[in-house]
Amino acid sequence: MISFRRTRAMARKEFLHILRDSRSLYLALMLPVVQLILFGYALSLDVDRIPILLFDQDRSPQSREMLAQFRGSRFFTVLGDIESYQPGEYAITSGTAMAVLVVPRRFGEDLAAGKQVPVQLLLDGSDSNTASIALGYARAMVAGYSNQLRTEYQIRNGAGEIKPPVDPQIRVMFNSELKSKNYIVPGLIAVILMILASMLTSLAIAREWENGTMEELLSTPVRASELALGKLSAYFILGALDTVTIVLAGVYFFGVPLRGSALVLGISAGIFLFGAMSWGLMLSAITRNQLQANQLGLLSSFLPAFLLSGFVYAIDSMPALPRFMTYIVPARYFVAMMKGVFLKGVGMELLWGEGLLLLLYATVVFVILTRKLRQKIA
Amino acid sequence: MTPHENTVIIDKLVKRFGDFVAVDDVSLTVKRGEIFGFLGPNGAGKSTTIRILCALLAPTSGVATVAGYDVAREPEAVKLHIGYMSQKFSLYDDLTVGENIEFFSGIYGVPRDIRDERRAYALRMAGLEEKEQTKTSLLAGGWKQRLALGCAILHQPPVVFLDEPTSGVDPLARRAFWDLINELSHAGHTVFVTTHYMEEAEYCHRVALMYRGRVISLGTPHDLRKQLRSDTLPEPTMEDVFVSMIEREDAALAGGKS
Ligand SMILES: Nc1ncnc2c1ncn2[C@@H]1O[C@H](COP(=O)(O)OP(=O)(O)O)[C@@H](O)[C@H]1O
Ligand SMILES: [Mg+2]
Repeated sequence: MISFRRTRAMARKEFLHILRDSRSLYLALMLPVVQLILFGYALSLDVDRIPILLFDQDRSPQSREMLAQFRGSRFFTVLGDIESYQPGEYAITSGTAMAVLVVPRRFGEDLAAGKQVPVQLLLDGSDSNTASIALGYARAMVAGYSNQLRTEYQIRNGAGEIKPPVDPQIRVMFNSELKSKNYIVPGLIAVILMILASMLTSLAIAREWENGTMEELLSTPVRASELALGKLSAYFILGALDTVTIVLAGVYFFGVPLRGSALVLGISAGIFLFGAMSWGLMLSAITRNQLQANQLGLLSSFLPAFLLSGFVYAIDSMPALPRFMTYIVPARYFVAMMKGVFLKGVGMELLWGEGLLLLLYATVVFVILTRKLRQKIA
Repeated sequence: MTPHENTVIIDKLVKRFGDFVAVDDVSLTVKRGEIFGFLGPNGAGKSTTIRILCALLAPTSGVATVAGYDVAREPEAVKLHIGYMSQKFSLYDDLTVGENIEFFSGIYGVPRDIRDERRAYALRMAGLEEKEQTKTSLLAGGWKQRLALGCAILHQPPVVFLDEPTSGVDPLARRAFWDLINELSHAGHTVFVTTHYMEEAEYCHRVALMYRGRVISLGTPHDLRKQLRSDTLPEPTMEDVFVSMIEREDAALAGGKS
């Protein structure tokens, strides 16, 4: 029993407020793209050109061959060769090198004899994230080389046409250039939209309380749901504009491929905005105070969206409690949807679960919002 | 509705905020087309009573009906039949005069065929025909109040509640505003208006004097003044009436306590 006329009157009025407040309007239209560019650069943790020192104790053809792979790799920058541990340890301590690769004596001989040969990697673990990535690269390169050798050895010793041992090469799926911006930007878009949506709407009801117009509205036949829907639709237009600009910035500025359909992306973003904007309105209706609502809006959107959405920290590797908490963070589902659409090009056939959960979240928040609006003055 | 039907009926109305009694056992009726004045100092309970009548606050006990609808049980029906101007200025400053009218016309659901006519009426009433495109924030106090009144009656409500519509407005504009109230009354609207300007009581058909949540006196301005007339005070003003009523009430309260 929602009156379309009343809802439209509400929406139109709210939209006029948005248009008249030109400073906030510019901010709302510019900020998301600026944030994307700033955070996008800051968070693009592309780990390549890891500075490394090589310590070849063996100096055999085999050791040289293996080290040549490091010299040719774009993942490592070889700073030089060293003759003892000392300069290596010093370089790591002083931060000039990230890693030192040590090839032991008898490396070539043992390999030729088909023995297992250890190779030592000294790593600067103070940035554990980069360190583990560097370790992964080094491990993959050494394993690749040793398998190649072993195969050659077996063929040479008359074992005939045996297949090479299991190929250890890691194939990186979906983000084959291993560019972290491809991974960061879709998630970042989700996080920025979450913050934007709840910030934009957090003032909308508190302002009416502070100006005294809310009392007037409550004396009119307008219903809580019409009031909420009207305000939501006005801000929704702004949110949709922001979504378009930020996605375009991701695609054209950062060159992130959009593999999936724009329609699926639009639908996901629409549901997400509905929930996030209802959240901001709800805070506004509860606090009836613009400053409080704004601060709560920032806190409650920024922190969970940043920490618990799986955008920066992988959800699978979280401790149990925060991992459990991610289930009630809507940004988690939207981040998953954005990554799915952007990187994997999947459609609703795989994303409907996340979509439904977002819709459920939006509905619950909207219901609480209308309850709050229906309360009497005092 | 018959001409003398009561459009506002208040029976033993009480509103408590915690221990504090803001409205204390108030009973009264207002007839159709009447200009009913609610007088009293700040904190007397005028706004609280009006908010209850507009279904904005729930009464603690007692019953009130407006235009035939119970404010506690049928708030939605009440809201369709009233216009309300709150004590705080209640239009949107960043919207133009015309946009404010259009907004209220929309949320009051003014029928399409009379929308333009009502809009023109509101503009004429507020004397703002030439200022439709003006931003509301640029209007002087008196014009703003008249525009607010124009917006509150777009849907031709039978009952209009005005909470201190003339406070902070210059005397000339106040006079003009009361002319508007008179016009509304002639058009058949019941006007329930509060003020703390005693001299404005003269413009009302009947007034209730409110003090500390209680109605301490009720009648036509003429009758109230007549009651106080004496040799020492042959022509008492409403101010005199009010002061003497309050003194009597305070004395009774003090006597009751000791
Ligand atoms: N929501 C509220 N909570 C507590 N006390 C209130 C509330 N609203 C009004 N009051 C108190 O009730 C009394 C009457 O207030 P009000 O009706 O606004 O008086 P008036 O309009 O006659 O100046 C005042 O003392 C005021 O402080
Ligand atoms: Mg008051």
